[in-house]
Amino acid sequence: MKDESFSWVIGGPQGSGVDSSANIFARACAHGGLWVFGKREYHSNIMGLHSYFQVRVSEKELRSPVDRVDLLATFEEETLVRHAAEVVAGGGILYDPAKAAKPIEEIETWHGFAKEHVLERLKGEGLELTVAGVLKEAEKRGVKLFPVPYTDLVNQLSAHYPEKQLSKLTRVVNVVAVAASLALVKFDRAPLDDAVRAIFGRKPEIAEINVFVADRTYEYATQHYPGGLGRTLTTRASPRRLFLMGNQAVALGKLLGGCRMQTYYPITPASDESEFLEAHEVFDAVPAAKLPDGKGSILVVQTEDEIAAITMATGAALAGTRAATSTSGPGFSLMCEGLGYAGINEIPVVVTLYQRAGPSTGMPTRHEQGDLRFAMHTGQGEFPRILLASGDMEECIYDAARCMDYAERYQLPVIHLVDKGLANSNSLVPIPDPSRIRIERGGLVQSLPATDPPYKRFAFTEDGLSPRAPFGVKGALMWNTGDEHNEFGHIDEDPENRVKMMEKRHGKVLLAAKQIPREEKVNVFGPPDAAATIVSWGSTKGAILDAMASLAEEGVRLNFLQIRMVLPFPDDVVRDVLSKAKRRISVEMNYSSQMAGVLSERTHLSMDTEIVKFNGRPMTHNELHDALKRAAAPGAPQRMVLTNGS
Amino acid sequence: MALKLSDLRTEVHQDWCPGCGDFGILASAQMALKELDIPQERVALFSGIGCHGKIHHFINVSGAHTLHGRALPYALGTKLANPNLEVLCFGGDGDGLGIGVGHFVHAGRRNIDMTYAIHDNGVYGLTKGQASPTLGLDLQTKSLPEPNINNNVNPVALALASGVTFIARSYAFDTRHLADTLKKAVLHKGFAVVIILQPCPTYNDIETRAWYSGEDRRNPETKRPMPRVYKLESEGYDPLVKDGMTEKERFAKMSQALEKAQEWGDEIPIGVFYQDLSTSSYADRILHRIPSYLTASPATQAIAVDGGRPAADLARIYDGLAV
Repeated sequence: MKDESFSWVIGGPQGSGVDSSANIFARACAHGGLWVFGKREYHSNIMGLHSYFQVRVSEKELRSPVDRVDLLATFEEETLVRHAAEVVAGGGILYDPAKAAKPIEEIETWHGFAKEHVLERLKGEGLELTVAGVLKEAEKRGVKLFPVPYTDLVNQLSAHYPEKQLSKLTRVVNVVAVAASLALVKFDRAPLDDAVRAIFGRKPEIAEINVFVADRTYEYATQHYPGGLGRTLTTRASPRRLFLMGNQAVALGKLLGGCRMQTYYPITPASDESEFLEAHEVFDAVPAAKLPDGKGSILVVQTEDEIAAITMATGAALAGTRAATSTSGPGFSLMCEGLGYAGINEIPVVVTLYQRAGPSTGMPTRHEQGDLRFAMHTGQGEFPRILLASGDMEECIYDAARCMDYAERYQLPVIHLVDKGLANSNSLVPIPDPSRIRIERGGLVQSLPATDPPYKRFAFTEDGLSPRAPFGVKGALMWNTGDEHNEFGHIDEDPENRVKMMEKRHGKVLLAAKQIPREEKVNVFGPPDAAATIVSWGSTKGAILDAMASLAEEGVRLNFLQIRMVLPFPDDVVRDVLSKAKRRISVEMNYSSQMAGVLSERTHLSMDTEIVKFNGRPMTHNELHDALKRAAAPGAPQRMVLTNGS
Repeated sequence: MALKLSDLRTEVHQDWCPGCGDFGILASAQMALKELDIPQERVALFSGIGCHGKIHHFINVSGAHTLHGRALPYALGTKLANPNLEVLCFGGDGDGLGIGVGHFVHAGRRNIDMTYAIHDNGVYGLTKGQASPTLGLDLQTKSLPEPNINNNVNPVALALASGVTFIARSYAFDTRHLADTLKKAVLHKGFAVVIILQPCPTYNDIETRAWYSGEDRRNPETKRPMPRVYKLESEGYDPLVKDGMTEKERFAKMSQALEKAQEWGDEIPIGVFYQDLSTSSYADRILHRIPSYLTASPATQAIAVDGGRPAADLARIYDGLAV
């Protein structure tokens, strides 16, 4: 696979500042006008276990990670030993020479197959079973080694800032690693300072210390490694963009889409979204909204559990608020009953479901798309819902806003499926365009003429949508109940009423299917006469688009049907695209090809090849490139399991 | 025009068993609402699942007959979204102190200005008489195959421990007392809990109406029954924690309430056990963060302008994220 991007990895124990250094690196590249894609991998742990961050940089748009590493930035043993083999010939490793003697066996935070493989390899090659042995092995493969005396550099710093405690300053090794990396690829100095100041904006003193360290490190690296890595990253002009994580993207979409109350119970990887909202609970409003002091607000409530989260959001919706909650699989499991209540009472409430690797607690910080079927069928009995799956950061923004809108327009619960891969990735997104967002309140009744016949919350209408009053409207008294009910909302088990109510509720989804335009349901990429058609949903979109582009350069022409609206299922367009396909390939981050199963139920069309991955690590550009190339050719296996990732 | 009792009635058939305490609770709730004279549309009423849950269908105000154990978080969601609504929530003893007890504890911590009334009859009526969390140890009510193997939870003590700022108890068949207690609860600025003792004529054959009224223990001279229920206010009991009281004074009020909460059997106190006027309400706390909370609440603020454009202008948030 031809790939001109630059892949940088930094790692370290959790809690040591790896995230912020990766952020500085990525933002520096973005400030310098480049495209970046950042991927975070971590354990369910606060301090001490290994985490790493990959930042992939290019002059062209990037949407996914790669397995290859061009420059590995380390300041301790474990990152080096775990990731050294990923560094390509001609790439480089930054490391602390003081750590080279460490025996691999003594790295206590690392266990499992990967460690055994490293030890076996070193034994096979007759190398020392230490960090130095790993470095030797890399060097033999043509990897350049860049020892960086972190301790000396930090000591210089403490001489310059005698009043600071050294223990606090040790965190600046992160900036040393970032600055040394950028110096080795001859990157301009200015964007790094911009990034440091943007990230430590609230703490100018810390920012200045970091700028000072970056200066010294640049000097050191330029002096000691004048040739650098042998690759360069060059700044360029680019439009202003947002540097976002997926959960921030969802939060922005909710604010734009009118969400004014969010409930949540802490869970990885969903809580970051609610915390972002709480940090921005008072925000500017356009003057025409005539809000007090020109401010809008969102109330964020941390609840005692996810049952309270869904029910409280539903209570808020009954009062007329656009309300939402965010969770992940275990929390969503607790929301089943509440979701059904919103269904039978036709209450607009939005659940953002951040999928992570299940079942049960599963791998709480790892990626999976295993909850498709769960989200389609959550809850006892049958009730209508809309289910939307976003494929990238920009879709997260607009889809989050749309979910708020669909919920009110069709008076039903809406589930927005995202995942850990999206939640914890960084990428660049154009500044949101508010004119692409429409807020339609779906027949919300704010007042009733006094002479009207008694208000019926669940009145039978032609399209199934009844006039929806919030609590508090004079003359609009209503009853909600989890029981089957009549038009007023009183319990009613009359068989005729039951049939009419079921038809009414389910009819709304047919209406939604009819009214929602095709471009909000699916995306189709690539030439219509492609050799094979890929079908997928969610965040695999990035790796698929990247792989399609690199395969096109090799003459392999593919197209791609991305299903964004899972319910109501876009039968016609899916059948239309798939029936024209020469070969059909599904791509999903789960064990059982859940979407392929749904497709076959809905269209009676099956896949020629099902590509799956369920090791908790997102699909990479290169592995999907290879897999699709194979799957597109005649004689490809029916099932392909991808296993890359560390 | 003042509210009439008839305004608060619906045409829905009341399907509780004859002699059920729920009739007294329904009547008292309607009396309280009438006397408070809150416009019907400003009230939002919630109930859980169980016999009590149907009460909402019999009262002519908006609201929701919710899920088992979850009436409270639904009610809290409505109140938080629109703090100008008067929110009343009814729960059962199994509903609110069994499956939903977690919400009860956390509602205490928040002190949201609303009323929560628990129908307490010691049994799960609608599932045919299993022991509820308030039934005493070793009691064997009608449908229990064996005596109750669990000790009971004391809702007054639990409310106290959870930080509830208004804790009262009343009796379903003293409708005047119950209506007055509900009114006090509604007027309290904070989370108000009213435990309502209620006979279940079908399944609780121990704590019956006759037992509460003391039919089994008549005054030897007058031959009149000596009711087990007595009123705290008639004893000069003072439940109030006023603004400016010391922590020590507050603890003394709590201890006094906890002590009163232990009385049961021949002497059952009803009335206000504890009322704390010194703790901030949740709305006060929100106002420190969102100054426009009461005038532009989550439910009432404009979210769109000019036919559907977002009201939110996020330019300044973008400044912090842009490169």
